[in-house]
Amino acid sequence: MIQFLLKGILRDKNRSVLPIIIITIGVVLTITLSGFMRGVLGDIINENARFETGHVKVMTRAYAKNKDQLPNDLAILNTQQLTQQLEKQFPAVEWVERIRFGGLLDIPDTTGQSKGQGPATALAVALHSKPSGEITRLNITNSLVSGSIPTQKGQVLVGQIFAEKFNLKIGEEITYIGTTMNGSMTFQNFKVSGTIRFGSAAMDKGFLIMDIADARQLLDMENATGELLGYLKEGAYNDKKAVQMCDKFNVTYLTSKDEFAPIMLRLKEQNNLAGYIDYVDVTSSLFVAIFVFAMSIVLWNTGLLGGLRRYQEFGIRLALGEEKGHIYRTLLYEALLIGIIGSLMGTFIGLGIVYYLQTVGIDISSFLSNASMLMPTVLRAKFTPDLLYIGFIPGLFAMVLGNMLSGIGIYQRETATLFKELEV
Amino acid sequence: MKKLLYLILFPFVLLAQNYPNANIILQKVDDNMNSKNRILESSMVIHGRRSDRTVSSKGYTEDSEKSFTEYLSPERDKGTKMLKLDDRLWIYSPTTDRTIQLSGHMLRQSVMGSDLSYEDMMENRKLKDLYNAKVVAEETLDGRKTWLLELTAKVEDVAYEKRKIWIDQERFVPLKEELYAKSGKMLKKTVMSDVVRMGNRWYPKKINYKDVLKDGEGTDFIVSTIQFDVPIPDYIFSKASLKK
Repeated sequence: MIQFLLKGILRDKNRSVLPIIIITIGVVLTITLSGFMRGVLGDIINENARFETGHVKVMTRAYAKNKDQLPNDLAILNTQQLTQQLEKQFPAVEWVERIRFGGLLDIPDTTGQSKGQGPATALAVALHSKPSGEITRLNITNSLVSGSIPTQKGQVLVGQIFAEKFNLKIGEEITYIGTTMNGSMTFQNFKVSGTIRFGSAAMDKGFLIMDIADARQLLDMENATGELLGYLKEGAYNDKKAVQMCDKFNVTYLTSKDEFAPIMLRLKEQNNLAGYIDYVDVTSSLFVAIFVFAMSIVLWNTGLLGGLRRYQEFGIRLALGEEKGHIYRTLLYEALLIGIIGSLMGTFIGLGIVYYLQTVGIDISSFLSNASMLMPTVLRAKFTPDLLYIGFIPGLFAMVLGNMLSGIGIYQRETATLFKELEV
Repeated sequence: MKKLLYLILFPFVLLAQNYPNANIILQKVDDNMNSKNRILESSMVIHGRRSDRTVSSKGYTEDSEKSFTEYLSPERDKGTKMLKLDDRLWIYSPTTDRTIQLSGHMLRQSVMGSDLSYEDMMENRKLKDLYNAKVVAEETLDGRKTWLLELTAKVEDVAYEKRKIWIDQERFVPLKEELYAKSGKMLKKTVMSDVVRMGNRWYPKKINYKDVLKDGEGTDFIVSTIQFDVPIPDYIFSKASLKK
């Protein structure tokens, strides 16, 4: 039966070429766009999780309220105690301390006079003062452009764009000017041990990475930290688990009136990421729905045209005694085969494009020169197992649905008028 | 019709005539608050959300162009010095032994975590030279009768485009001030108190600065000692004195 239908499809190309092309194009578009959107969203989430949000983040309530201003005067005190409590309560999570702060970097010339100044955002993590896995998490080794990761007190990494702008060399001294946790003015000289490029314009412009012990001394933050970031040991972000953790932790402080009581936020609640995630989910679903709808209409139309073209053939088959239901079923089997061929071709081509976009990507760095959002400069697609069916099933469904609609005409044929029609 | 108009406008004309000339008031305020030079010892009590902090300093000012400040305490800030010459500001830090010039938007940053910006600290010019003024009302503040003046900038390089100042009618000292951006948004409020007689002038010994964009109770600037029109050696206002 299948062999018979296949022969029909292959021999009568008018029956198959157009639907196959339409399905292939639709499936290619669905897979490519879905893979691309997921890739970009995944990268944005990953980048934010690694650098800013963690999978969950603990701050004081007052800090969380103004977290964009990096208010270290509202930081968590007695960090060690809180970290031990978190480690006990959530053993499946790795907790790391981070201090983010802003200030001014001044670069002296050989006589000690300023040869350049620029605003800087600094990130303090455990680089060498204690083991933390931060070097791997932040991908610092691969992001190094020159020099090496700080191994001693007083060494820092600076963003490559900043270093290029002021012609900074490894080993040169720079002065950080800012305010301590208590608001005092603080000045400190640091030695540049290396330069980094994360591929995010917002970070590469004026970015400084130092060990958290140095930052604590600089900002008078002994046993204090701005943020405590939690990363699920299983690796990937799991929103369900993050929600459970936040509920469990925050309920402890629900009745507390202390504005410095800790609060846990999950990744989705920070940096407007919930909006992005929901937007991409809705857009992807909408795209698939529009695809199925539009394809169904096109294929219904194609089926109707095919039905008209095969009007005589169906008439003869009915006249020879073939049941209407049988003709309808063979039409659907045929549609199923055409759908499979088109969807397979579309999936194959679509996955190829996704693979290309995953490997090479689209460089948008020129559009992000003034961007302040944490975004990758190369947008890449990502292959996920659902791409194997996300285009295939709608492709198949659209073809079958189109033919189901157009095939209804078979049931409207009257046996009594068949021979009269066939004389024409 | 003309007569009716006169009748309606007459009370307003009378009222307007009751207000003294705003420029004369400003001149008297400038005479009280400014001097050819001065040496000031002060402490800043910065009311934080967790705790209060006191920073004490000694400052020398000459005309409106030169000023030099040395921070005396707490230990962390001790030895930090600032020099202002015209519109340039240098800061010396003893921990790094470096003198750094601040410019641009950095001048709008807070000084020592207080509610004062470097721009606020640097501004020594007379109000009369910077603003056009008009008296808009008469109000009573803490039992003192005041003129309410509205000031609009007449020069480009001012930190606040508009100000509202309540001036003591008898002593010609500001008792309250509201500072506005060009957009009309209020940026800071100040309240002056402990007004004392010093020679032939009145001077407020305590000023509370409140950055309305920040939480907290603001910063109290308290004058410990102040000497007007005393000779200050020239070397004080040189970059060399920062490292001394």
